[in-house]
Amino acid sequence: MYAFSFHRPTTVRQAVNLLAKHEDAKLLAGGHSLIPVMKLRLASPPVLIDLSRVEGLSAVELKGRSIVIGAMVRHADVARSKEVREHLPALAEVPGAIGDPHVRHAGTIGGSIANNDPNADYPAACLGLGATIVTSKRKIAADDFFTGMFSTALEPDEIITKVSFPIAKKAAYQKFKHPASGFALVGVFVSKRASDIRVAVTGAGANGVFRVKAFEEALAKRFAPKSLDGLSVKPDGLNDDIHASAEYRAHLVGVLARRAVADAIKR
Amino acid sequence: MSATGIGAAVRRKEDQRFITGKGQYTDDISRPGETRALFVRSPHAHAKIKKIDTAAAQKMPGVVAVLTGEQLAADKIGHLICGWMIHSKDGSPMKMAPHPAIASGKVCYVGDPVALVVAETLAQAKDAAEKVAVDYEPLAAVVDPAKAKAGAQIHEVAPGNTIYEWHLGDAKAVDAAFRSARHVTKLDIVNNRLVPNAMEPRVAIGEYDAGNDSLTLWNTSQNPHVARLVISAFIGMAPEHKLRVIAPDVGGGFGSKIFIYPEEVACLWASKRTGRPVKWTSDRSEAFLADAHGRDHLTHAEMAFGPDGKILALRAKTIANLGAYMSTFSSSVPTYLYATLLSGQYDIAHIYCEVDAVYTNTVPVDAYRGAGRPEATFVVERLIEVGAREQGMDPAELRRKNFVKSFPHQTPVIMTYDAGDYNASLKKAMEIADVKGFAKRRRDAARNGKLRGLGYSTYIEACGIAPSQAVGSLGAGVGLWESAEVRVNPTGSVEILTGCHAHGQGHETTFAQVVADRLGIPIENISVVHGDTDKVQFGMGTYGSRSGAVGISAIVKALDKVEAKAKKVAAHMLEAAERDIVFKDGKFTVAGTDKAAAWGDVALNAYIAHKFSGQELEPGLKEGAFYDPTNFTFPAGCHICEVDVDQETGETRIVNWTAVDDFGTVINPMIVEGQVHGGIAQGVGQALLEGAVYDKDGQLVSGSFMDYAMPRAENFPPFNVGTTVTKCPSNPLGIKGCGEAGAIAAPAAVINAITDAIGSEEVTMPATAQTVWRALQKANRLRPAAE
Ligand SMILES: Cc1cc2nc3c(=O)[nH]c(=O)nc-3n(C[C@H](O)[C@H](O)[C@H](O)COP(=O)(O)OP(=O)(O)OC[C@H]3O[C@@H](n4cnc5c(N)ncnc54)[C@H](O)[C@@H]3O)c2cc1C
Repeated sequence: MYAFSFHRPTTVRQAVNLLAKHEDAKLLAGGHSLIPVMKLRLASPPVLIDLSRVEGLSAVELKGRSIVIGAMVRHADVARSKEVREHLPALAEVPGAIGDPHVRHAGTIGGSIANNDPNADYPAACLGLGATIVTSKRKIAADDFFTGMFSTALEPDEIITKVSFPIAKKAAYQKFKHPASGFALVGVFVSKRASDIRVAVTGAGANGVFRVKAFEEALAKRFAPKSLDGLSVKPDGLNDDIHASAEYRAHLVGVLARRAVADAIKR
Repeated sequence: MSATGIGAAVRRKEDQRFITGKGQYTDDISRPGETRALFVRSPHAHAKIKKIDTAAAQKMPGVVAVLTGEQLAADKIGHLICGWMIHSKDGSPMKMAPHPAIASGKVCYVGDPVALVVAETLAQAKDAAEKVAVDYEPLAAVVDPAKAKAGAQIHEVAPGNTIYEWHLGDAKAVDAAFRSARHVTKLDIVNNRLVPNAMEPRVAIGEYDAGNDSLTLWNTSQNPHVARLVISAFIGMAPEHKLRVIAPDVGGGFGSKIFIYPEEVACLWASKRTGRPVKWTSDRSEAFLADAHGRDHLTHAEMAFGPDGKILALRAKTIANLGAYMSTFSSSVPTYLYATLLSGQYDIAHIYCEVDAVYTNTVPVDAYRGAGRPEATFVVERLIEVGAREQGMDPAELRRKNFVKSFPHQTPVIMTYDAGDYNASLKKAMEIADVKGFAKRRRDAARNGKLRGLGYSTYIEACGIAPSQAVGSLGAGVGLWESAEVRVNPTGSVEILTGCHAHGQGHETTFAQVVADRLGIPIENISVVHGDTDKVQFGMGTYGSRSGAVGISAIVKALDKVEAKAKKVAAHMLEAAERDIVFKDGKFTVAGTDKAAAWGDVALNAYIAHKFSGQELEPGLKEGAFYDPTNFTFPAGCHICEVDVDQETGETRIVNWTAVDDFGTVINPMIVEGQVHGGIAQGVGQALLEGAVYDKDGQLVSGSFMDYAMPRAENFPPFNVGTTVTKCPSNPLGIKGCGEAGAIAAPAAVINAITDAIGSEEVTMPATAQTVWRALQKANRLRPAAE
């Protein structure tokens, strides 16, 4: 790790001001993505702005037909939140499958989404539920938020404050764990609302999380695993590495999507 | 059996400090005036070093010294060595290339140290290390061992990158037996390269004492005395009596901490040059590149069967990848620790094995839990399982038919098995695993879309390493006896000094149990001292499951002497003839009388020496012994693994595990069971998860826990562990050893189970979901055509 200066604002406004003031400053949430790369000296932000004392970022609320989660809510707190478990149990499963207890008690939803690791779980839930990412400046639809591997629509001085998830009638997440890291080798989130059917895939895409329109259309006709029989995604453009070929990942997308639909129906 | 004696499941004494955070590991030690060391390591697998510029680094804040390989050579610090001579078929000696602690002239693997930065703090050392400018001229890298012979030559001494072309056995007799075979089973096997990943990374502190012109090394070693011997006699750092090596609490080794490493040498040298203590602590990423790896064999193996399923012969041709340099015991692993076990538990008349050891531009490879024996077991147990399937025979029945049944049994590959009952462990394991109910479980699993399979591994290994004369005749540079000293204090408490080293094995408990059992004193009154060359005279350390069979035997020998001396003291106290003194349950009595003396009284009298004159008897009660085994020991057993394979994803889940092992006499069943659990976990790690992957340029792409999969608790069902016992006839307590058995047995059991489940033999380790899925895909494509 290199030396850095450390700020601990208490309001979003202060945090935004600090961001604007210090070029190359980084926000620090749970630190479970940022600190490891700093320790390896792969990242060297000169200034860290700690969000842990910022007010108003730590609530989980039911607001109308949405679950709204503050950016600083830890994975474990989403996983065990009464509101989430009752109204959107599929969402509770997502942070429940992240990392280990250490990670789940430190990592935050805001940090995970801002980081947009191509193998992270939350981006699949956001895209799969059609969430809205609320920032210090605006509201961004999940479809517009995740712009590629480790990149998002966030501007340099923009802070995620909340994520709003519309409640879906049926939804489920299926994660095939990476044997070493425990991240998603492939993860598929499916949801069904009156107006909207979504299939979002993480882990597989070289550009991060993506939707599978062909699956969504098939499921719109009938929301059943059988509707996906014979359907698959093309391996072209999928991740191909020492852990899984693009072909295997493509295969898993199909398998996990069918399983997720089956799970969603059981709810 | 007493509550703390031999056979009792005594709670581990050392756990009080380990689980309360009071362990003293090398990194916990801080020396006054200590500096921190950081190694600049090669980013290239193979390159010439054109120039190293350290000027900028020297000027960085806090820097004490920046040292290079050229300075090391100028100071005449010797090369690291491999201590086991292997001769090729043609009689030529192995080609051991020079291995300097810091590379000079060229680098041979990613991670090869090229400079050492010594600074006041670690952060300063890191900052300065970034300023060391090394100008490399990259060379073609040799990565694939199968192509090593045709690759760019790595070391001048080794044309074709060949270290040796060794063989064992009678090729002609084997060929003849194959010609008469009714069936031949052939397999190509990859024994995957593993990264040891002990929980505690390696650490070294070198400290030079100018007042005495002596050096002290604190290190994470499994064998501090051997480290001292090598660093003194071969590397020439200091005379042996001027070098003290201390290996305090060590958090796991699995073989990787046996070896004498560059960092230890460099820290000692740097301390001598700077006059300051120099401490290096490996971080996890560094450990992937700096700790010797394990396994890495490519083998073609064949087994010849007669008409009745009798194994007639076995032959194997193995390429062993030893990496960029020959590590301390690397040469022995794919030879005498491997080919000598190719008879397995079976009576095989003819065996022939050829081993080509090659250099590649990868991390050096050496012993890792099991060392050679897991590789041998995998070959034998895969061959017999596949052989049974190919011949339509029951795999258990085929094994039973071929078991060695009378002892001693001389194999065609050196070993003389002394005792065992292989049928007994197979039978017991089959009962515990409910093999009878397997067909039903398989049908039930199929209903849930799962392919169920069952795999056996009836393994044997050679432990208790080893009779010195025998290993000497095979090329070892050292004898493999063990030493012990039993020091009785005047109050009767006892200190055991052992040349073994504990790094997770629980010696402080088991060794004390042996003494408690013998002397009839509470185990709280016994302590075990190890790991310091100033305290223990000499010893060979702990590896090869030798501490029970060899280390405890030395203690028993010393206890014999202590008891004999104590009887003399008691005879004087009780005014009786020495031959009438009986020692039992901690009491000396005079046969046929009620005269008695307690252990503590006798100990006190030995020291106050009031009851005898110096002419009659020396005061004191302290005895030492060196025990040299007369044979290897042969733990053996049967592991049965049952798996479910997900047809859609290829994912394997182990659903049942049965282990029935014959370890001879067991001192502490709880500790032994723990060793079995850990061994199985590592073996399953190899079979399902672990594998070091290099890219074509020689970069280790599985260089962190994000990419290198270690087994986790969730990968295992509860283990069903049982034992059978045939005592080892060659040591006083009948101990065989248990530290490696699980790691040796497990891989074959897992792969046999998976291949049974999916009906295809094309599964390589690690059998990841993708690997199994591919094998399933291929089998499915072939199946309709065959039907
Ligand atoms: C061992 C381990 C295992 C893991 N396993 C998984 C897994 O299985 N699945 C998974 O999805 N993740 C996994 N993670 C990642 C984990 O979920 C991280 O916690 C998460 O990705 C980042 O959240 P954080 O709060 O720790 O963010 P930080 O590390 O603090 O920050 C991450 C990035 O987001 C930025 N940021 C943080 N908060 C905000 C905000 N409110 N607005 C704008 N930018 C912000 C930071 O500046 C930084 O660039 C694992 C991590 C570890 C260490």
